[in-house]
Amino acid sequence: MDKLIFGRYIPGTSWIHRLDPRAKLLATMFFIIIIFLANNWQTYLLLLLFTLLAVKLTDIKFSFFINGVKPMIWLILFTVVLQVLFTSGGETYFQWGPIMVTSQGLLNGVFIFCRFVLIIFMSTLLTLTTMPLSLTDAIEYLLRPLTKLKVPVYEIALMLSIALRFVPTLMDETEKIMNAQRARGVDFGEGNIFQQMKAIVPLLIPLFVSSFNRAEELATAMEARGYQGGEGRTKYRQLHWQTSDTIVMLTFAVLTGALIFLRN
Amino acid sequence: MDKIVTLKNLTYQYRDTDDRLALEDVSLSIEAGEWVAIIGPNGSGKSTLAKTINGLIVPDKGEVKVGDLPLTEENLWKIREKVGMVFQNPDNQFVGSTVQDDVAFGLENLAVPRKEMVERVHSAIQKVKMDSFMEREPARLSGGQKQRVAIAGVVALRPDLIILDEATSMLDPQGRKEVIQTVKEIKEQENLTVISITHDIDEAALANRIFVMRAGHLIEEGTPAEIFANGDNLVHMGLDLPFPEKLKSALSRNGLSVPDTYLTDEGMVEWLWTLLSKK
Repeated sequence: MDKLIFGRYIPGTSWIHRLDPRAKLLATMFFIIIIFLANNWQTYLLLLLFTLLAVKLTDIKFSFFINGVKPMIWLILFTVVLQVLFTSGGETYFQWGPIMVTSQGLLNGVFIFCRFVLIIFMSTLLTLTTMPLSLTDAIEYLLRPLTKLKVPVYEIALMLSIALRFVPTLMDETEKIMNAQRARGVDFGEGNIFQQMKAIVPLLIPLFVSSFNRAEELATAMEARGYQGGEGRTKYRQLHWQTSDTIVMLTFAVLTGALIFLRN
Repeated sequence: MDKIVTLKNLTYQYRDTDDRLALEDVSLSIEAGEWVAIIGPNGSGKSTLAKTINGLIVPDKGEVKVGDLPLTEENLWKIREKVGMVFQNPDNQFVGSTVQDDVAFGLENLAVPRKEMVERVHSAIQKVKMDSFMEREPARLSGGQKQRVAIAGVVALRPDLIILDEATSMLDPQGRKEVIQTVKEIKEQENLTVISITHDIDEAALANRIFVMRAGHLIEEGTPAEIFANGDNLVHMGLDLPFPEKLKSALSRNGLSVPDTYLTDEGMVEWLWTLLSKK
């Protein structure tokens, strides 16, 4: 689990770290949308430079971002190869039945590769520089208009933050149960697929049961501390929108304009 | 003095199919400012009793009164504001994602304005000496530290009464000492009433009064000196013997005549040296 870079927060004090989580969340979502505007090498180059600048601003080692791409690399390569082999147009270098390598195909392959890498870089940047907790706050804030549609936004936010808070606790517990079952002779991750699946049962069921106990104790503790539901609560954590956040938003507007101007 | 908790003829059964009642005809009253310990073996109804006080459990029969408020549907949340509870498992009562969020949780529920909330959170965290851990996540705290945060969460609400429901039973001796010390200091500062439910003899010895429960009944009530004078009977009550008692019974087994009354550590030292200097 330690290799999993996605969703990992790296504490820091860079300019990007200090941005409002709402700005970062909006910007990342926006980036993923406008990346589909790019369709020639100028636009991709612009996005690439922009992303590298953002990465530079985080003060986080570049290798972290590369690690973010690694788990996805097979999916990326598969898509790229498909694009290269099955796109027609431009100069044809090689053809064998429906399979062909064309200049257009190669170009498309490179573009798809860039698109994947840029999206992953940007989302990694978001999770590396933002505390999961602030992200929940941002999500709650951005979902708030939905309360008018009777969506229980406060409850969703509370669920999210409790879930996040219990991730490490449950990981520890999983580890403990695994070791306890190993000590009693269960082999995890060995044998054929059916044996492996069967070995998971003595891990899952105790984990399930203990989650129920936890849930009940937590609910009791919450009730004892006066929790009566999401309505009418005040908030301890507050988000502050600063000038730098507005600057980020403006930069994205300019970037979008430039993309629309440069695309074919 | 004012009575802060009055329980009258409480009876409670978890499920109709249970062969006995969890509480049967329990009556007791606790005065403001007292430190009370409730002891008894597992399954004697201690935790059930504690949960009836702030309405987490509604008794089948009997009356609960906190201050002058009887426990009813309308008074429920007012009573919960007066009664703070710290539970056994430090992990399962930590709601917030960091120390300060957890302490703020109860205040958020009471819709305390943010400015006042920040103040109260900070002072509560200072009282339990966790100031340098404000931004820590629960996964990076020890059990004792988590319990201290739980206490801060309760203290921030400024209750009249704190119930410790086996709050130290999952801690190591060091953490246990810290938590008890913290509660003791806060009790003195804020003039609180403390009800501690415990198997821990040192914690029970701190109390002004001890209630002993067995099988849903309140079987005995008295000062620690009175209760500990029961000597070997304590073991049947689900408690260990305090160290001076152990020493006394070891001495009497070796033919020394020992006093019948309960002696504290200091009392024991006093008695021992007077005994030796007489020889």
